[in-house]
Amino acid sequence: MLKTEQMVLNMGPQHPSTHGVLRLELELEGEVIINVKPHLGYLHRCFEKHCEAMTYPQIIPYVDRLDYLASMNNEMGYAIAVERLLDIKVPERVEYIRIIMAELQRIASHMVAVGTYGIDIGAFTPFLYLFRDRERILTLFEKTCGARLLYNYIWVGGLSHDLPINFVNETRDFLKDFKKTVIEVNNLLSYNKIFIERTANVGVLPVDSAINYGITGPNLRASGLKWDIRRNDPYSIYDRFDFEIPVGEGKHGQVGDCWDRYFLRVQEMVQSIRIIEQALDQLPEGEITSALPKRIKPVEGQIYSRVENPKGELGFFIVSKGQLQPFRVKVRPPSFINLSVLGELCKGHLIADVVAILGSIDIVLGEVDR
Amino acid sequence: MKSSEEIFAILKEKFGDAVLQLNTKLPKEAVIEIAPLKVTEICWFLRDNEELQFDNLILLTGLDDDNGEKVKLEDGTTETKGGTLSVVYHLESMKLGNRIVLRTATGRENPEVETVSKVWACADWHEREAYDMFGIKFLNHPDLRRILMPYDWEAGYPLRKDYKNPEFYHGMKVPY
Amino acid sequence: MGLLDTEFSDDNIVITKVDDLLNWARLSSLWQMSFGLACCAIEMMATSASHYDFDRFGVIPRPSPRQADIIIISGTVTLKMATRIKRLYEQMPDPKYIISMGSCSNSGGPYWEHGYHVLKGVDRVIPVDVYVPGCPPRPEALLEGLLTLQEKIRNESLVKKAV
Ligand code: SF4
Repeated sequence: MLKTEQMVLNMGPQHPSTHGVLRLELELEGEVIINVKPHLGYLHRCFEKHCEAMTYPQIIPYVDRLDYLASMNNEMGYAIAVERLLDIKVPERVEYIRIIMAELQRIASHMVAVGTYGIDIGAFTPFLYLFRDRERILTLFEKTCGARLLYNYIWVGGLSHDLPINFVNETRDFLKDFKKTVIEVNNLLSYNKIFIERTANVGVLPVDSAINYGITGPNLRASGLKWDIRRNDPYSIYDRFDFEIPVGEGKHGQVGDCWDRYFLRVQEMVQSIRIIEQALDQLPEGEITSALPKRIKPVEGQIYSRVENPKGELGFFIVSKGQLQPFRVKVRPPSFINLSVLGELCKGHLIADVVAILGSIDIVLGEVDR
Repeated sequence: MKSSEEIFAILKEKFGDAVLQLNTKLPKEAVIEIAPLKVTEICWFLRDNEELQFDNLILLTGLDDDNGEKVKLEDGTTETKGGTLSVVYHLESMKLGNRIVLRTATGRENPEVETVSKVWACADWHEREAYDMFGIKFLNHPDLRRILMPYDWEAGYPLRKDYKNPEFYHGMKVPY
Repeated sequence: MGLLDTEFSDDNIVITKVDDLLNWARLSSLWQMSFGLACCAIEMMATSASHYDFDRFGVIPRPSPRQADIIIISGTVTLKMATRIKRLYEQMPDPKYIISMGSCSNSGGPYWEHGYHVLKGVDRVIPVDVYVPGCPPRPEALLEGLLTLQEKIRNESLVKKAV
């Protein structure tokens, strides 16, 4: 009698398309995937233990290093959480600057996501174009606070520096050029026949299973649900801006496939441009340091506060016992939760599709493992 | 939108003693405390009840309450005896906009809580993480292994307040 | 074609030392193992992308350790990862070089004190040639590190020097 046997294939932790140090154990039947077991923790850097030993402002640099592609957003999320715990209101100008930074960072993060996704599928050029423009965002950040990647810029109650001279004009220049890049990338990648063949109808995530898995951010919206913390649970001053929330439409296949997830990020970049332009127009004069607290020592209590990160809903659950250090900080890492659906999505697809699906979820291992 | 008081009243009526109390003393968040061995039942109810529809588990947190008795050991370090470990659930209904916080406490020596991984799929990894970091055992969990630390890590549960790091792991020196 | 063509078109002979020839060949095509660990890997990616262009120094990413000459440890090395890094290093053919990029792989970086799962310096498991400090190091710093490594290779010799 002929007998078939399942094969176990190991992928990672050193693999060019696992986006970091993720290890996947694939169970295969021929070339078809039966089961995927992710093994995490290769970048577990003990974030939560550090929080218990540091004072509230000292935690900010560590927060940067969670999702290192979206440091500004992380800082903003953490700062807002502590501000809510302390009941601080920050000056108008600070709010606007924070939003400009957060949206610039969202563009930069999506650039990496889209660019590396192209590489995963086999298109190298969009990566180079996008990194060329990403470099300009990093230069803007560098002029503002001196760092390219990990900023420690948004502080509890304020910012570390005001905007540099000429920032507004330079950002406008960048946005003008970037609009062209988006069109270029669309022409190169989004409507490319090979790309569509590789991604459409692959890894379809239906909306009810997405909710059950706790998926948030672009991945949830690509499944067709209009859910964005910026609208559904507004923080900072997002309610003042006019922007759309794109959802997946299934243009080339079913709703919630890889192409939808990819294209949603491209659309979000365009929306971020809109938000930044409005914020630059409305940017008020004023000072930025008035709300900085001398000493951060919240009373006993606990709070869960969340913001919309490029990857999804980033939440901080802070328990305070009235000391200078928090008693416990727990992050709700969007990548960690989004990754948990991988096994479900890959079942029944071919090996080559694992790379396409994993890339479309857009994870950052610093946040998955913390 | 329902307030925590209303939801507490509904739960109290349905489950009686398993729902212990509503804690509104602390600022910012009201917490409903429940019994650790009734968690699954209560969560199924919360998810499937027409009025509540908590379809989204935002976050599941393990917590060391650090309320035990501190015992001094010979080498100068302390160890906690007794006290409790907690699990905190943040739930949300995406349709109705309700949000509540549940909390359950279990003894530190033999921490056991029922799993909710069947109710919300994302709880699977959250519970593995809570097990990894605090050693809380989730009864009926399909695959309760360590998730972030190495599978052969023997030095205990790192986020407990009395955790001590080992000197060596596989021949590599761990402290600075 | 260009200048070199006409210069060497009629069977010229170049006389050089074996050492120099080997070193020149090695240092001008250092193939890097494409493998990133943490935040520093993003800066490493930026270094190989359009703006800084690692390629011009002959550094090309190779996914397999068997075809790589140099491994850039870009980020935090955890205990779980350390054994794997050691294995990757052992799989590389000689001669092999290591650049340790960023404070984390130099010495544990921001995680040196409370990082119960962080290896405080990759040199506890594999030998490092060049340390690049910074958190993260700028791409220019990484390029400088590479040039330093090239300088080191240039002075190598097949002959063991008597001490
Ligand atoms: S040195 Fe800094 S930037 Fe590099 S991996 Fe460590 S924390 Fe990240």
